[in-house]
Amino acid sequence: MSAIAARARVGRARIGELTLARGLLLALVAAAALFVASELLSSFADLELAEGLYFFCVLAGLTVLTGLSGQISLGHGALMAVGAYGAALLIGEQHWALVPALAAATAITAVVGLLLGAAATRLRGPYLAGATLAFAVGLPALADKYSSTFGGENGLVVNPPNPPSGLGSSLPLERWEAWIAGAGAVIVLFTLHNLVRSGYGRAMRAVRDDEIAASLCGLRVARVQTLAFVVSAACAGLAGGLLTVVLQLASPGAFQLSLSLSLLTAIVLGGLGSLVGAAWGAAVLVLLPSWTRDIANSFSLSTKVSSNMPLAIYGLVLVVAMLAWPSGIQGGVRAGGARLRALVRSRRGG
Amino acid sequence: MSATGEQAQTGVLEVDGLCTDYGPVRAVADVTLSVEPGRVTAVLGANGAGKTTLLRTISCLVPAREGRVRLGERELLGSAVEDVVRRGVAHVPEGRGVIGELTTEENLRLGGLWRGAPAEDLDEVYELLPALRERRRQPASSLSGGERQMLSIGRALVARPSVLLLDEPSLGLAPLISARIMELVRRLANERQLAVLLVEQNARSALAIADRGVVLNLGRVVADADASELADDEDMRQAYLGF
Repeated sequence: MSAIAARARVGRARIGELTLARGLLLALVAAAALFVASELLSSFADLELAEGLYFFCVLAGLTVLTGLSGQISLGHGALMAVGAYGAALLIGEQHWALVPALAAATAITAVVGLLLGAAATRLRGPYLAGATLAFAVGLPALADKYSSTFGGENGLVVNPPNPPSGLGSSLPLERWEAWIAGAGAVIVLFTLHNLVRSGYGRAMRAVRDDEIAASLCGLRVARVQTLAFVVSAACAGLAGGLLTVVLQLASPGAFQLSLSLSLLTAIVLGGLGSLVGAAWGAAVLVLLPSWTRDIANSFSLSTKVSSNMPLAIYGLVLVVAMLAWPSGIQGGVRAGGARLRALVRSRRGG
Repeated sequence: MSATGEQAQTGVLEVDGLCTDYGPVRAVADVTLSVEPGRVTAVLGANGAGKTTLLRTISCLVPAREGRVRLGERELLGSAVEDVVRRGVAHVPEGRGVIGELTTEENLRLGGLWRGAPAEDLDEVYELLPALRERRRQPASSLSGGERQMLSIGRALVARPSVLLLDEPSLGLAPLISARIMELVRRLANERQLAVLLVEQNARSALAIADRGVVLNLGRVVADADASELADDEDMRQAYLGF
């Protein structure tokens, strides 16, 4: 074996270790940043942070499914509902502790994702979108049909999570909820950061770009696609569980079709296939509606007009953003960064 | 993505009475041929003769209507495409099929992902194709046509096949690069004892490195002879080979 080959092998082993170390570092930095942010923010902003963090969980999973493995899902709102009701039943009815309840809700949703993913491998494009759409429309209706279990229209209420006594009695509930959601988001970030850089991530990209080429590489295309669905569903389940913990409620109204559509729009707007893009998408989902509401309220308009104004502004922002940054906000940030670097280089050179 | 219980087969690739239909059209009609380890068989013919369909049927990308395809003792027809690869038949498709977003090295690793190929396997490919080592961190989309072809062949080799199906490897390449690819194909057969089934439009260069030539016309075998005999056959050259 030549010296070059030996060096290359050592280099490859280092890259593998580096990916894991980088993922861990990223998770630690994210955890520290979230901790500092939650300390600085008001209670209301902490609640918005918690909402953003559970949205990050579902969006990160969806961006892996759609951006990385090339499968579309209009049913992620319903998968969140599975996690949310799972957590609500386990915490509220079975009196499980928070962490095992969230873990079980994640696992239950992953199993639903496995079934959905197995069906999805036989469907493509609009047919897959249609099937997941039917799931998104049909599943929340089960809450009405089995109202004794799922609480009907009112849903299931759970008690607020109690902060551990060691953290002091003055810790605001909203900050504790933000920390819980932050822990979930950091776990998702670490897991998916490593997944997208692993052999599985490469297999998903291969399947997305060219299914025939992927199968000629010996990859089981259907299995790779199903795995993407399972991972994505698990993230949605965790997000749903966190939603229940943060809002102390799992009700069908929170998981309408519009949620699934908003999730899909958010990953496209944030930057498809990118975990940072998922974070942008989560910020858009939480902040844009309240901003548009504030803008609408700042005009003295009739109730009919002002009630529809946020939706109109939301649509306008989406259109403008997609025209300005066709590859999403993260794509725009990357392009801006590249332009800035080129400018700095040319200034130094000149 | 770990290795499965699949065992790569060795031995002769035997195609017997193979027929493939596209709707009412018979694209491959009663084709019989065999490829032995260490030998190159060139499949020649005009556009639409059924060459690519023949390869696609062997690797189960297209279902066969009739016939048999055996590698050693094992029947391949009716298997999933990935199982054919796992049993030792690597197919380098026309258009190369490299994943542009992935780097050269990531593409190579993709070829051995199913069996958890060790790093040494990549080093072997780099030793055979040094140009790929220089480009290993580059996205495959930035490679030249010749480099992509080498990458595609390299990726197939990481699967450790015993049979290599090559579909138009010189398509769209400059003559010098095309000659290098053909030289590589010959080396693979000689040094690795691969059985190579080479589909090629450029009959002259294919016959120059092949041991045997099979000429297809409208899906049927019209000639099956030693490569040198075919190259010397004036009538065959004029009627089917175009040189």
